[in-house]
Amino acid sequence: MAMAVIWTAMVVLSVVCGLATGNAQAVSGAALEGAAAAVELCLSMAGVLCLWMGVMEVMKRSGLSELLSRLLRPLLKRLYPHVAGDRKVMDCISANVSANLLGLGNAATPLGLQAAREMSRHSPGVASDDLCMLVVCNTASIQLIPTTVAGVRLAAGCCNPFDILPAVWLASVLSVCAGIAAAKGLARLWRDEACFWP
Amino acid sequence: MFLAMIVPLILGGVALFGMARRVDVYQAMVAGAEEGLGILVRIVPALVGLLTAVYMLRASGALELMARGLSPLLSALGIPPETVALLLVRPVSGSAALGVGAELISTYGPDSLIGRTAAVMLGSTETTFYTVAVYFGAAGIVKTRYAIPAALCADLAGFLAAAWAVRLIFYRG
Repeated sequence: MAMAVIWTAMVVLSVVCGLATGNAQAVSGAALEGAAAAVELCLSMAGVLCLWMGVMEVMKRSGLSELLSRLLRPLLKRLYPHVAGDRKVMDCISANVSANLLGLGNAATPLGLQAAREMSRHSPGVASDDLCMLVVCNTASIQLIPTTVAGVRLAAGCCNPFDILPAVWLASVLSVCAGIAAAKGLARLWRDEACFWP
Repeated sequence: MFLAMIVPLILGGVALFGMARRVDVYQAMVAGAEEGLGILVRIVPALVGLLTAVYMLRASGALELMARGLSPLLSALGIPPETVALLLVRPVSGSAALGVGAELISTYGPDSLIGRTAAVMLGSTETTFYTVAVYFGAAGIVKTRYAIPAALCADLAGFLAAAWAVRLIFYRG
Protein backbone atom coordinates (compact mmCIF):
# COMPACT_ATOMS: atom_id res chain seq x y z
CA MET A 1 0.00 0.00 0.00
CA ALA A 2 2.85 2.39 0.67
CA MET A 3 3.70 2.62 -3.01
CA ALA A 4 0.02 3.16 -3.87
CA VAL A 5 -0.21 6.12 -1.49
CA ILE A 6 3.05 7.65 -2.72
CA TRP A 7 2.15 7.12 -6.36
CA THR A 8 -1.30 8.64 -6.00
CA ALA A 9 0.13 11.58 -4.04
CA MET A 10 2.73 12.22 -6.74
CA VAL A 11 0.16 12.14 -9.55
CA VAL A 12 -2.43 14.29 -7.74
CA LEU A 13 0.23 16.79 -6.67
CA SER A 14 1.49 17.06 -10.25
CA VAL A 15 -2.00 17.67 -11.61
CA VAL A 16 -2.79 20.33 -8.98
CA CYS A 17 0.57 22.08 -9.33
CA GLY A 18 0.45 21.79 -13.10
CA LEU A 19 -2.92 23.55 -13.18
CA ALA A 20 -1.87 26.16 -10.61
CA THR A 21 1.41 27.08 -12.29
CA GLY A 22 0.11 26.85 -15.84
CA ASN A 23 2.22 23.83 -16.69
CA ALA A 24 -0.78 21.60 -17.47
CA GLN A 25 0.34 21.01 -21.05
CA ALA A 26 3.81 20.00 -19.93
CA VAL A 27 2.41 17.61 -17.30
CA SER A 28 0.30 15.69 -19.80
CA GLY A 29 3.24 15.44 -22.16
CA ALA A 30 5.48 14.28 -19.32
CA ALA A 31 3.13 11.44 -18.34
CA LEU A 32 3.48 9.81 -21.74
CA GLU A 33 7.17 10.62 -21.92
CA GLY A 34 7.78 8.95 -18.54
CA ALA A 35 6.05 5.75 -19.58
CA ALA A 36 8.17 5.55 -22.72
CA ALA A 37 11.34 6.37 -20.77
CA ALA A 38 10.69 3.44 -18.42
CA VAL A 39 10.77 0.94 -21.27
CA GLU A 40 13.86 2.59 -22.76
CA LEU A 41 15.60 2.42 -19.38
CA CYS A 42 14.79 -1.27 -19.04
CA LEU A 43 16.07 -1.99 -22.53
CA SER A 44 19.25 -0.05 -21.88
CA MET A 45 19.97 -2.07 -18.74
CA ALA A 46 18.89 -5.41 -20.23
CA GLY A 47 22.33 -6.35 -21.53
CA VAL A 48 24.20 -5.56 -18.33
CA LEU A 49 21.55 -7.29 -16.22
CA CYS A 50 21.72 -10.49 -18.27
CA LEU A 51 25.53 -10.39 -18.30
CA TRP A 52 25.83 -10.24 -14.51
CA MET A 53 23.13 -12.85 -14.02
CA GLY A 54 25.20 -15.06 -16.27
CA VAL A 55 28.34 -14.37 -14.23
CA MET A 56 26.41 -15.20 -11.06
CA GLU A 57 25.33 -18.53 -12.52
CA VAL A 58 28.95 -19.41 -13.34
CA MET A 59 29.95 -18.40 -9.81
CA LYS A 60 27.21 -20.58 -8.35
CA ARG A 61 28.04 -23.68 -10.39
CA SER A 62 31.76 -23.36 -9.73
CA GLY A 63 31.38 -22.84 -5.99
CA LEU A 64 32.93 -19.36 -6.08
CA SER A 65 29.81 -17.72 -4.67
CA GLU A 66 29.83 -20.15 -1.77
CA LEU A 67 33.42 -19.18 -0.97
CA LEU A 68 32.47 -15.51 -1.02
CA SER A 69 29.47 -16.30 1.13
CA ARG A 70 31.61 -17.99 3.76
CA LEU A 71 33.86 -14.93 3.87
CA LEU A 72 31.02 -12.46 4.47
CA ARG A 73 28.91 -14.74 6.64
CA PRO A 74 29.89 -13.31 10.06
CA LEU A 75 28.63 -9.88 8.99
CA LEU A 76 25.63 -10.95 6.91
CA LYS A 77 24.11 -13.36 9.41
CA ARG A 78 23.61 -10.43 11.77
CA LEU A 79 21.94 -8.30 9.10
CA TYR A 80 19.80 -11.11 7.70
CA PRO A 81 19.19 -13.49 10.62
CA HIS A 82 16.13 -15.22 9.14
CA VAL A 83 17.69 -16.27 5.86
CA ALA A 84 21.12 -17.11 7.29
CA GLY A 85 20.32 -20.79 6.84
CA ASP A 86 19.29 -20.48 3.18
CA ARG A 87 22.46 -20.97 1.15
CA LYS A 88 20.97 -19.78 -2.15
CA VAL A 89 19.89 -16.46 -0.68
CA MET A 90 23.14 -15.92 1.22
CA ASP A 91 25.19 -16.56 -1.93
CA CYS A 92 23.22 -13.92 -3.83
CA ILE A 93 23.46 -11.37 -1.01
CA SER A 94 27.21 -11.95 -0.70
CA ALA A 95 27.68 -11.30 -4.41
CA ASN A 96 25.49 -8.19 -4.15
CA VAL A 97 27.50 -6.82 -1.22
CA SER A 98 30.81 -7.56 -2.97
CA ALA A 99 29.67 -5.75 -6.12
CA ASN A 100 28.54 -2.75 -4.04
CA LEU A 101 31.88 -2.61 -2.24
CA LEU A 102 33.77 -2.77 -5.54
CA GLY A 103 31.70 0.17 -6.79
CA LEU A 104 30.05 -1.93 -9.50
CA GLY A 105 26.53 -0.51 -9.23
CA ASN A 106 25.62 -2.08 -12.57
CA ALA A 107 26.46 -5.51 -11.26
CA ALA A 108 25.06 -5.01 -7.76
CA THR A 109 21.49 -4.46 -8.96
CA PRO A 110 21.02 -7.75 -10.88
CA LEU A 111 22.66 -9.71 -8.05
CA GLY A 112 20.49 -7.97 -5.46
CA LEU A 113 17.37 -8.61 -7.54
CA GLN A 114 18.13 -12.30 -7.59
CA ALA A 115 18.55 -12.27 -3.82
CA ALA A 116 15.20 -10.47 -3.50
CA ARG A 117 13.52 -13.07 -5.68
CA GLU A 118 14.93 -15.95 -3.69
CA MET A 119 13.80 -14.29 -0.44
CA SER A 120 10.28 -13.67 -1.74
CA ARG A 121 9.79 -17.41 -2.27
CA HIS A 122 9.45 -17.73 1.51
CA SER A 123 6.84 -14.97 1.88
CA PRO A 124 5.16 -14.34 -1.48
CA GLY A 125 3.83 -10.82 -1.97
CA VAL A 126 4.98 -9.53 1.43
CA ALA A 127 8.33 -7.87 2.15
CA SER A 128 9.90 -9.85 5.00
CA ASP A 129 12.21 -8.17 7.51
CA ASP A 130 15.22 -9.47 5.60
CA LEU A 131 13.92 -8.23 2.26
CA CYS A 132 13.31 -4.78 3.74
CA MET A 133 16.90 -4.81 5.02
CA LEU A 134 18.20 -5.80 1.58
CA VAL A 135 16.31 -2.94 -0.08
CA VAL A 136 17.45 -0.43 2.54
CA CYS A 137 21.10 -1.50 2.23
CA ASN A 138 20.89 -1.13 -1.52
CA THR A 139 19.19 2.28 -1.46
CA ALA A 140 22.03 3.48 0.76
CA SER A 141 24.79 1.60 -0.98
CA ILE A 142 28.38 2.56 -0.32
CA GLN A 143 30.11 3.86 -3.41
CA LEU A 144 33.89 3.71 -3.13
CA ILE A 145 34.70 5.81 -6.18
CA PRO A 146 31.90 8.17 -7.27
CA THR A 147 33.11 8.57 -10.85
CA THR A 148 30.06 10.36 -12.27
CA VAL A 149 30.16 13.14 -9.69
CA ALA A 150 33.93 13.46 -10.11
CA GLY A 151 33.34 13.89 -13.84
CA VAL A 152 30.86 16.70 -13.19
CA ARG A 153 33.33 18.47 -10.88
CA LEU A 154 36.13 18.08 -13.41
CA ALA A 155 33.92 19.57 -16.12
CA ALA A 156 33.22 22.55 -13.83
CA GLY A 157 36.96 23.30 -13.69
CA CYS A 158 37.95 21.52 -10.48
CA CYS A 159 41.62 20.58 -10.38
CA ASN A 160 41.26 17.87 -7.73
CA PRO A 161 37.81 16.30 -8.29
CA PHE A 162 38.49 13.42 -5.90
CA ASP A 163 39.24 15.58 -2.85
CA ILE A 164 35.65 14.91 -1.71
CA LEU A 165 36.28 11.16 -1.32
CA PRO A 166 36.73 11.11 2.50
CA ALA A 167 33.57 13.18 2.91
CA VAL A 168 31.64 10.86 0.57
CA TRP A 169 32.80 7.79 2.46
CA LEU A 170 31.95 9.30 5.82
CA ALA A 171 28.49 10.37 4.65
CA SER A 172 27.86 6.96 3.01
CA VAL A 173 28.79 5.03 6.12
CA LEU A 174 26.60 7.22 8.32
CA SER A 175 23.71 6.90 5.86
CA VAL A 176 24.00 3.09 5.70
CA CYS A 177 24.18 2.87 9.50
CA ALA A 178 21.11 5.08 9.84
CA GLY A 179 19.27 2.90 7.31
CA ILE A 180 20.18 -0.32 9.11
CA ALA A 181 19.21 1.16 12.48
CA ALA A 182 15.90 2.40 11.05
CA ALA A 183 15.15 -0.98 9.47
CA LYS A 184 15.99 -2.91 12.65
CA GLY A 185 13.99 -0.45 14.76
CA LEU A 186 10.95 -0.45 12.50
CA ALA A 187 11.03 -4.25 12.30
CA ARG A 188 10.26 -4.30 16.01
CA LEU A 189 7.40 -1.84 15.69
CA TRP A 190 5.91 -3.35 12.53
CA ARG A 191 4.55 -6.55 13.96
CA ASP A 192 0.97 -6.16 12.74
CA GLU A 193 1.33 -8.05 9.48
CA ALA A 194 2.83 -11.07 11.19
CA CYS A 195 5.46 -11.46 8.55
CA PHE A 196 7.84 -13.87 10.16
CA TRP A 197 9.82 -16.81 9.12
CA PRO A 198 7.79 -20.03 9.03
CA MET B 1 44.74 1.10 -14.25
CA PHE B 2 43.47 -1.73 -12.08
CA LEU B 3 40.16 0.08 -11.56
CA ALA B 4 39.69 0.64 -15.28
CA MET B 5 40.13 -3.09 -15.90
CA ILE B 6 38.06 -4.37 -13.00
CA VAL B 7 35.07 -5.66 -15.00
CA PRO B 8 37.13 -7.61 -17.57
CA LEU B 9 39.32 -8.92 -14.74
CA ILE B 10 36.28 -10.22 -12.86
CA LEU B 11 34.87 -11.83 -16.01
CA GLY B 12 38.20 -13.50 -16.76
CA GLY B 13 38.76 -14.58 -13.19
CA VAL B 14 35.30 -16.12 -12.83
CA ALA B 15 35.68 -17.95 -16.16
CA LEU B 16 39.09 -19.36 -15.21
CA PHE B 17 37.85 -20.42 -11.77
CA GLY B 18 34.89 -22.16 -13.41
CA MET B 19 37.07 -23.96 -15.94
CA ALA B 20 39.39 -25.12 -13.15
CA ARG B 21 36.34 -26.61 -11.40
CA ARG B 22 35.26 -28.26 -14.69
CA VAL B 23 32.08 -26.21 -15.08
CA ASP B 24 30.69 -25.61 -18.56
CA VAL B 25 31.24 -21.88 -18.18
CA TYR B 26 29.58 -20.78 -21.38
CA GLN B 27 26.45 -22.85 -20.88
CA ALA B 28 26.10 -21.56 -17.29
CA MET B 29 26.57 -17.99 -18.52
CA VAL B 30 23.80 -18.33 -21.10
CA ALA B 31 21.43 -20.03 -18.64
CA GLY B 32 21.96 -17.22 -16.12
CA ALA B 33 21.46 -14.54 -18.75
CA GLU B 34 18.16 -16.14 -19.72
CA GLU B 35 16.99 -15.82 -16.14
CA GLY B 36 17.90 -12.12 -16.36
CA LEU B 37 15.28 -11.66 -19.08
CA GLY B 38 12.61 -13.03 -16.75
CA ILE B 39 13.52 -10.45 -14.11
CA LEU B 40 13.51 -7.68 -16.70
CA VAL B 41 9.95 -8.50 -17.75
CA ARG B 42 8.80 -8.03 -14.16
CA ILE B 43 10.64 -4.71 -13.73
CA VAL B 44 9.13 -3.01 -16.80
CA PRO B 45 5.59 -2.56 -15.38
CA ALA B 46 6.92 -1.27 -12.04
CA LEU B 47 9.12 1.29 -13.76
CA VAL B 48 6.39 2.41 -16.17
CA GLY B 49 4.25 3.25 -13.14
CA LEU B 50 7.00 5.01 -11.23
CA LEU B 51 8.57 7.00 -14.07
CA THR B 52 5.21 8.26 -15.33
CA ALA B 53 4.56 9.84 -11.92
CA VAL B 54 8.14 11.11 -11.61
CA TYR B 55 8.10 12.81 -15.02
CA MET B 56 4.72 14.42 -14.23
CA LEU B 57 6.01 15.69 -10.90
CA ARG B 58 9.10 17.17 -12.51
CA ALA B 59 7.11 18.92 -15.24
CA SER B 60 4.46 20.32 -12.89
CA GLY B 61 6.79 22.62 -10.94
CA ALA B 62 5.69 21.02 -7.66
CA LEU B 63 9.29 20.35 -6.63
CA GLU B 64 10.23 24.04 -6.97
CA LEU B 65 7.24 25.02 -4.83
CA MET B 66 8.16 22.51 -2.13
CA ALA B 67 11.79 23.64 -2.27
CA ARG B 68 10.79 27.22 -1.48
CA GLY B 69 8.80 26.08 1.52
CA LEU B 70 11.51 23.83 2.89
CA SER B 71 14.59 26.03 2.67
CA PRO B 72 14.24 27.73 6.10
CA LEU B 73 14.01 24.29 7.71
CA LEU B 74 17.24 23.22 5.98
CA SER B 75 19.21 26.22 7.20
CA ALA B 76 18.10 25.34 10.71
CA LEU B 77 19.48 21.80 10.22
CA GLY B 78 22.83 23.09 8.95
CA ILE B 79 22.27 22.10 5.32
CA PRO B 80 22.94 24.88 2.77
CA PRO B 81 19.41 25.91 1.66
CA GLU B 82 20.57 26.21 -1.97
CA THR B 83 20.70 22.40 -2.15
CA VAL B 84 17.00 21.96 -1.34
CA ALA B 85 16.01 21.08 -4.93
CA LEU B 86 18.71 18.41 -5.02
CA LEU B 87 17.42 16.93 -1.76
CA LEU B 88 13.88 16.64 -3.10
CA VAL B 89 14.83 15.21 -6.47
CA ARG B 90 17.51 12.77 -5.29
CA PRO B 91 15.25 9.94 -4.01
CA VAL B 92 13.00 10.20 -7.05
CA SER B 93 15.15 10.56 -10.15
CA GLY B 94 18.85 9.88 -10.61
CA SER B 95 19.28 11.77 -13.87
CA ALA B 96 17.35 14.81 -12.65
CA ALA B 97 19.41 14.86 -9.44
CA LEU B 98 22.62 14.76 -11.46
CA GLY B 99 21.29 17.67 -13.54
CA VAL B 100 20.41 19.74 -10.46
CA GLY B 101 23.73 18.86 -8.81
CA ALA B 102 25.76 19.77 -11.90
CA GLU B 103 23.91 23.09 -12.05
CA LEU B 104 24.79 23.85 -8.40
CA ILE B 105 28.41 22.81 -8.91
CA SER B 106 28.89 25.01 -11.97
CA THR B 107 26.97 27.99 -10.50
CA TYR B 108 28.72 28.11 -7.13
CA GLY B 109 32.01 26.48 -8.22
CA PRO B 110 33.19 22.93 -7.54
CA ASP B 111 35.34 24.01 -4.59
CA SER B 112 32.69 26.11 -2.84
CA LEU B 113 30.83 24.90 0.24
CA ILE B 114 27.63 24.46 -1.78
CA GLY B 115 29.38 22.79 -4.71
CA ARG B 116 31.16 20.33 -2.47
CA THR B 117 28.07 19.58 -0.40
CA ALA B 118 26.07 18.89 -3.57
CA ALA B 119 28.79 16.56 -4.86
CA VAL B 120 28.98 14.63 -1.59
CA MET B 121 25.18 14.34 -1.44
CA LEU B 122 25.15 12.90 -4.97
CA GLY B 123 27.98 10.50 -4.16
CA SER B 124 26.62 9.18 -0.89
CA THR B 125 22.93 8.55 -1.65
CA GLU B 126 20.92 6.52 -4.15
CA THR B 127 17.71 6.93 -6.14
CA THR B 128 15.56 5.39 -3.42
CA PHE B 129 12.19 5.12 -5.14
CA TYR B 130 13.75 3.64 -8.26
CA THR B 131 15.58 1.02 -6.20
CA VAL B 132 12.44 0.18 -4.20
CA ALA B 133 10.32 -0.12 -7.36
CA VAL B 134 12.86 -2.33 -9.13
CA TYR B 135 13.49 -4.66 -6.17
CA PHE B 136 9.86 -5.10 -5.21
CA GLY B 137 8.84 -5.35 -8.86
CA ALA B 138 11.33 -8.15 -9.48
CA ALA B 139 10.29 -9.99 -6.31
CA GLY B 140 6.55 -9.46 -6.88
CA ILE B 141 6.06 -7.70 -3.54
CA VAL B 142 2.76 -5.94 -2.88
CA LYS B 143 3.07 -5.24 0.85
CA THR B 144 6.22 -3.16 1.22
CA ARG B 145 5.80 -2.68 4.99
CA TYR B 146 8.42 -0.32 6.44
CA ALA B 147 10.94 -0.50 3.58
CA ILE B 148 10.23 2.98 2.21
CA PRO B 149 10.30 4.90 5.52
CA ALA B 150 13.50 3.11 6.53
CA ALA B 151 15.13 3.87 3.16
CA LEU B 152 14.12 7.53 3.44
CA CYS B 153 15.69 7.65 6.92
CA ALA B 154 18.95 6.54 5.31
CA ASP B 155 18.61 9.29 2.67
CA LEU B 156 17.92 11.98 5.25
CA ALA B 157 20.88 10.83 7.31
CA GLY B 158 22.98 10.88 4.14
CA PHE B 159 22.07 14.51 3.40
CA LEU B 160 22.73 15.65 6.96
CA ALA B 161 25.99 13.72 7.06
CA ALA B 162 27.06 15.16 3.70
CA ALA B 163 26.62 18.74 4.91
CA TRP B 164 28.34 17.92 8.18
CA ALA B 165 31.26 15.99 6.61
CA VAL B 166 32.04 18.77 4.14
CA ARG B 167 32.15 21.32 6.96
CA LEU B 168 34.29 19.02 9.09
CA ILE B 169 36.83 18.16 6.39
CA PHE B 170 37.10 21.39 4.40
CA TYR B 171 36.05 24.19 6.72
CA ARG B 172 37.38 23.27 10.13
CA GLY B 173 37.76 26.19 12.50
